[in-house]
Amino acid sequence: MCVKQIPDPAAPAALDPSTRNLVRDGKLIMDESDLYGVEMGLQLIDAAGGGEVTLVSMAPNGETNGLRNALAMGAAKAVLVSDPALAGSDALGTAKVLAAAIRRGPFDLVLAATESTDGYTGTMPVQLAELLGVPSVTFAKKVTVDGASLKVDRQTEAGYDEVACPLPAVVTVTAGVVEPRFPSFKGIMAAKSKPLETLSIADLGLDAASVGGAGAREEVVDVQQAEARQAGQLVTDEGDAHEKVIAFLEDLKLI
Amino acid sequence: MSASNIWVVTEPSGGAPLPVALELLTKARSLAAAGGGSVSAVGWGADASSMAAAAGEYGAATYYDVGDIGEQLPGPAVAAAIASLIASGQSPDVILIGATYDGRDIAGRLSARLDRPVITNVVGLEDSGGSLQSEHGIFGGTQVAKARFTADGPGLFVVRAKSFAAEASGGSPAQVGAAPVPDLAAVGSARIAARHAEERSGPKLDEAEVVVSGGRGLGDKESYALIEELAKLLNGAPGASRAIVDAGWVPYAYQVGQTGKTVKPNVYIACGISGATQHMVGMKSSKNIIAINKDEQAPIFSIADLGIVGDVHKVLPKLIEALKSRA
Ligand SMILES: Cc1cc2nc3c(=O)[nH]c(=O)nc-3n(C[C@H](O)[C@H](O)[C@H](O)COP(=O)(O)OP(=O)(O)OC[C@H]3O[C@@H](n4cnc5c(N)ncnc54)[C@H](O)[C@@H]3O)c2cc1C
Ligand SMILES: Nc1ncnc2c1ncn2[C@@H]1O[C@H](COP(=O)(O)O)[C@@H](O)[C@H]1O
Repeated sequence: MCVKQIPDPAAPAALDPSTRNLVRDGKLIMDESDLYGVEMGLQLIDAAGGGEVTLVSMAPNGETNGLRNALAMGAAKAVLVSDPALAGSDALGTAKVLAAAIRRGPFDLVLAATESTDGYTGTMPVQLAELLGVPSVTFAKKVTVDGASLKVDRQTEAGYDEVACPLPAVVTVTAGVVEPRFPSFKGIMAAKSKPLETLSIADLGLDAASVGGAGAREEVVDVQQAEARQAGQLVTDEGDAHEKVIAFLEDLKLI
Repeated sequence: MSASNIWVVTEPSGGAPLPVALELLTKARSLAAAGGGSVSAVGWGADASSMAAAAGEYGAATYYDVGDIGEQLPGPAVAAAIASLIASGQSPDVILIGATYDGRDIAGRLSARLDRPVITNVVGLEDSGGSLQSEHGIFGGTQVAKARFTADGPGLFVVRAKSFAAEASGGSPAQVGAAPVPDLAAVGSARIAARHAEERSGPKLDEAEVVVSGGRGLGDKESYALIEELAKLLNGAPGASRAIVDAGWVPYAYQVGQTGKTVKPNVYIACGISGATQHMVGMKSSKNIIAINKDEQAPIFSIADLGIVGDVHKVLPKLIEALKSRA
């Protein structure tokens, strides 16, 4: 399961004035969007009656706080790729790093969130699948394992498609498809001693020029205040507010 | 990178391009005209001739036909077909892709195949001194960032629907060229076994003149019927905040906002929605906004042309009655 650790979304976000990248040097927490994938992974293992969930994460600053949280939910171990050279990574660079980390061992299924809370490119998991040479199903709302294949209900514009997908594969899940469990006290204590391996890009045999800010071949050139919209009239309902709405719609000749 | 030779991924829906593809073709046409270049469309499905006719009408000279991909997922198939065209000597400067379920898959697959980055969540494009810059709403749309590629092309841009207006140019049908799917091996092995459409009448959410959205303030799933009824009376589409999508009251396809749809209707009516920045970024470009919320401090009122401080359970039933009695 890919777990992204991000700056607290409740704290005001900021851009670095020189690089115009998101500032990520403070404490990082687990992206809530990834809770659903962790939960889904744990449920699939319960249903299969064996196996384990390994967390993979990439963060430039050695942060493990978010990973401990997912270990407390029940994941077996974690791999963190951390290297100062990874600052300023884009989605393709992230996919290259995570692909190298995932290829170190055997895997049946890679789960990720459909999109992250801070970057929300929504492309990283598919780039990862292409680099790993496996099929992918995005926007999953239900996943069941059927032998060497997955049955995935994939959300569509019209409703959903039932997709049959051989393993190994990459699947992305949206928020709300499962109910993430709260870590138990026992889980939190156990998480402290679960294996958490930290790797540098050299450990993965990757070249610093192809990942991180150096490998990201795009730049933000300008940031400006957007045009603000003004508030109009505010009325308190005294039992007749619907008439105001009717008059408004009549003015627009909609009714 | 310059922007003269532009390709537009033209996603089909029932034999015609999706509206977002027509929006992108229109924008590509004006960018290409300024750069003295041309526009090509890349599409798939069994209806190549009607797709090529529509693409031509919106300014494409060429329609690359990936063909009928049957029950395969479009992501790997279409990306591989495009990568093959490029390997055989075609050299688009820019590839524009709509931010749809399949569009994002195509973009991700293509990015990894070509080893080119992809810029996502684009809401504007402009030629700035011979280089194409994309615009992005950040921090809930309160700021606009501009970005560009620093590498060689093709530049991949994933563009949100409703970023541009679609206007036909009246061009003749695009010349059809073949874009066959090469052998995909494992990456192409997923198959659609069955398609399920949920019952939904009336206009589509991102095309409707009127959108009526409900949020957590409705209190329970059953009350969403008020939203559906009001939308129907106004010949509009029902929408939702993420809070009630995550709660399972309505499907994800109803969601308006950063991680859902961008809508720009003539009138947007927000009922029991607080106005989180991630919601507002998807609807604040609506021409007119009406908000009903019982908390007069709700942020949604800061962008509403008409704000009603009131209870949705009182205001909506009366509004529905009044509209019915006029019909
Ligand atoms: C990365 C990320 C992406 C997101 N993307 C989206 C997105 O695409 N779309 C989206 O909508 N959200 C999105 N969100 C979630 C967003 O931050 C808010 O949590 C969500 O929009 C809140 O939904 P709401 O307004 O329905 O609920 P709440 O914030 O709970 O607001 C409910 C409102 O109803 C009012 N109310 C209560 N009872 C009544 C009543 N009887 N009558 C009238 N009013 C009443 C309350 O005063 C309140 O203002 C995203 C969040 C993150 C972190
Ligand atoms: N640095 C990262 N480490 C681990 N997983 C990641 C990382 N970046 C992205 N992901 C995963 O990919 C998903 C989509 O990310 P994004 O492409 O940023 O929208 C995230 O929700 C995570 O599940």
